Amino acid sequence: MAGLMGRATTVVKAKFSKLLDKAEDPNETLDYSYEQQLTLLQNVKRGVADVVTSKKRLQLQSSQLEQSLVKLETQARDALAAGREDLARAALERKTAAQTQLRGLDEQVQGLEAQQQKLVASERQLSAKIEAFRSQKEVIKANYSAAEAQVRIGEAATGIGEQMADTGLAIQRARDKTEEMQARAGAMDELIASGTLEDFTSDKTQLDRELEQISSQAQVDDELARLKGELGAGAERKEIEP
Amino acid sequence: MIVRLMGEGQFRIDDACLARLDELDERATEALGREDEAELDARLDEMWAVVREQGEPLDDADLSPSDLIVPPSDLTLEETRALFSDQGLIPDL
Repeated sequence: MAGLMGRATTVVKAKFSKLLDKAEDPNETLDYSYEQQLTLLQNVKRGVADVVTSKKRLQLQSSQLEQSLVKLETQARDALAAGREDLARAALERKTAAQTQLRGLDEQVQGLEAQQQKLVASERQLSAKIEAFRSQKEVIKANYSAAEAQVRIGEAATGIGEQMADTGLAIQRARDKTEEMQARAGAMDELIASGTLEDFTSDKTQLDRELEQISSQAQVDDELARLKGELGAGAERKEIEP
Repeated sequence: MIVRLMGEGQFRIDDACLARLDELDERATEALGREDEAELDARLDEMWAVVREQGEPLDDADLSPSDLIVPPSDLTLEETRALFSDQGLIPDL
């Protein structure tokens, strides 16, 4: 059984030898291969953009959760001040759950960041090799007969084919990763929407409503006291007037 | 000798480095056979470290093909197996 390096080498070489087999005429091979390279370069650029989009979405969810942590802390304080320990507890429980979610999101963002860096490096290498291949291709086409060109181009084509297979793998892995992340982010949105999971990021939670009720009751009490005071003062004045 | 670290780039290495790589490759292959992911990852990480430390990076525009290709060290067992299967982890070009 061949070692890992041997097997990886065989797999990669098999990928690009298929590519070279597609055309009989060396000039055609060169042009065809060059077109494939440009397509792949577009794909890797798109891959980078997809990773960035995914990362932004997770970062948005993450900052929404950060805001909710501050809000839940304030709510817990308000609830305690109003003598409602049960509500304060509920707010702190939600805060803990939000913190756990946040840690998970941060890890995912880091994972995407690593994918992004790999893709950018791959894009840079592929781009440099395509440029080198393009100039060699023109030199070969101008200076050699078809038979000679076949020999001359072998090594350059193999070198770039290998880079193409490698870049292809990088794109594939980044794609798998972003799809997985998007599915997870989507699932979180869905859970929030269906009410299975408390929506930490919505504007109004049950906790908000209960706290509002407390504060509106307090306001009503204050207003009532004020009105009573005014009525009392009016009654006194009435008594004095006659 | 030119070695490619998949997803990283190409390096020129000497015979001593190659000998070390072969030795680690043998142990990594055994680990894959035993489905020992921790051992497999550790040996692959070591292979990468050896190449990065002792190898000389090739220019991005160099079109030389590699003599050897080292798989990524952050693949799962399943992904490593897929990489070597007929269907493959590498998409068709």
